[in-house]
Amino acid sequence: MDILTLDFMVRAMIAAAFTGLAAPAVGTYLVQRRLALMGDGIGHVAVTGVALGLLTGTSPTWTAVIVATLGAVLIEVIRERGHANGDVALALLFYGGIAGGVLITGIADQSANQLNAYLFGSITTISGADVWATMALAALVIVVCVGLMPQMFAVAQDQEFARVAGLSVRFHNVLVAVLAAVTVTVAMRTVGLLLVSALMVVPVATAQQVTRSFRTTLGLAMGLGTVASLGGLVLSAFASYQWRVSPGPTIVVLALAGFVVMWPIGAWLRRRQRLRAPFAEVPVIGHDVTDEEHPHVHGDDCGHPAVPHGDHVDYVHDGHRHAPHGSHYDEH
Amino acid sequence: MNLATEAADATGSGPAALEVTDASVAIGGRPVLRGITLGVPAGQFVALLGANGSGKSTLVRAVTGLRPLSGGEVRLFGTALADFGDWHRVGFVPQRASAASGVPASVWEIVASGRLTRRRWLRPLRRHDRRAIADALEVVGLADRARDGVATLSGGQQQRVLIARALAGEPELFVLDEPTAGVDLPNQRTLATSLGLLKERGATVLLVAHELGPLAPLVDRAVVMRDGRVAYDGPPLVEDDEHASLLDARHAHHHHDHHPGPVQHPHAPHVASPLDAAADREGHPWTS
Repeated sequence: MDILTLDFMVRAMIAAAFTGLAAPAVGTYLVQRRLALMGDGIGHVAVTGVALGLLTGTSPTWTAVIVATLGAVLIEVIRERGHANGDVALALLFYGGIAGGVLITGIADQSANQLNAYLFGSITTISGADVWATMALAALVIVVCVGLMPQMFAVAQDQEFARVAGLSVRFHNVLVAVLAAVTVTVAMRTVGLLLVSALMVVPVATAQQVTRSFRTTLGLAMGLGTVASLGGLVLSAFASYQWRVSPGPTIVVLALAGFVVMWPIGAWLRRRQRLRAPFAEVPVIGHDVTDEEHPHVHGDDCGHPAVPHGDHVDYVHDGHRHAPHGSHYDEH
Repeated sequence: MNLATEAADATGSGPAALEVTDASVAIGGRPVLRGITLGVPAGQFVALLGANGSGKSTLVRAVTGLRPLSGGEVRLFGTALADFGDWHRVGFVPQRASAASGVPASVWEIVASGRLTRRRWLRPLRRHDRRAIADALEVVGLADRARDGVATLSGGQQQRVLIARALAGEPELFVLDEPTAGVDLPNQRTLATSLGLLKERGATVLLVAHELGPLAPLVDRAVVMRDGRVAYDGPPLVEDDEHASLLDARHAHHHHDHHPGPVQHPHAPHVASPLDAAADREGHPWTS
């Protein structure tokens, strides 16, 4: 357990926890607007930002924040003007960002290794100053995402309604874009620019398997994100005694494993809910008594789903709907 | 004095809820609405009818500020649209097939978002807010589904959720864009019951519909759009009547004499233009 008390590990764990909370918070709004890949697009643009930092010798984190924010706002503008679909706008930036980044890194005469640290994360080499920056930016993202939940939810849910309700749709859209850009650069050190979108989207996809409301989805996704990023970091730390395991991919694989576990549970919950949905109340056409002697007495815990049907209950039973009627069952 | 204000004065109760004066809308430089004049006094239930592409949805988007006008003027409660800020007085139900989005949301959450017109930033819901939300759910008959995910509701129920969302802001003017589209008859009846409740409470309603169905008894006044203009404005026509003969009658005499009815229709913008003649030739304008 000694490894967990090492300085670099403590720094990494703080950064992982904050990233794990912030990324799914923004991700929930992106998924709600069906822009799950936006984080990816911004991540690609941020590669150019990192390369600019390497070229000019300034901190790649801050150049990445600036370039990613500009890219995110550009995506919003292209979307809003309607010249291209949302996904086409993303594609344009995907390719421009990654090509620009690799090109500029070459011009800066830096090796690809330097860029790799940002592409796939290098959380264990994070400096004290970077931890503070991560904490501050992540806290900002979390406060806005949770504090402005009513407004941001309404705008992402239905833009036309939000506009007529007097909310500024453009402001909120740009706000989400900027928050996503900040989150991408925050998570860049944890999971890397190429995997950052996973931490924003996968916990949300996992959470919504079992949730029914937006608020619980947001909360559960933030919790799952934290578990995945902390768990992945610790797991990779112990595994690294034996293999070359980097934290970024471990975190993402762990998050995906969570989805794989949750999906069957969600499927089962949805099936159960469908089974128990009340049957429509339709005037009865005839009196249809079940054919043979019923060998089984339906009751509260007979194992057959009891579904409300108007003023009584139908027992779903081998493709039949049996309603008790005196001493026999009717087929409804 | 223009015709719309004349209409408002006729009811004698302050400015009209909605006044459209000679409004036109162009989309991509192409004129879509031309010369629309329409006044809706407070408390009236107006149905905006017309075929697909007749401009009824565009008109609704223009009066809610979603579409800029290329000419003319829209006034809400006496204030020009550009200066209008009291959006809590307007409840909008956009045309949507579903109330769901990419992330699960409960019925309560969606209805609560309608309360935003009256909430300040970073303030929690007060008791009155919660009561308004609960009341809105009650009116549309979905109080028992509040905690359910909206995606598990039927299409008709989701339309009622959208109406409850508008209702939660306690507006005076309701603007509904095709709430009955794709909704089966039993659900249309429930919808009509909800809208009937609103009408009893004195709400002003502007409702876009393709056909009225169970909503017909609620309608005080029908406005029929045709090719971006108002083709008919007056008392609702009985659906089973011979449409052509009604239209003929309207041209032969002033139709006020023919439909005594509840005479609160302010009815000004009666367009007697070549357009009407065309409507007559081709039969009923909103079944084409």
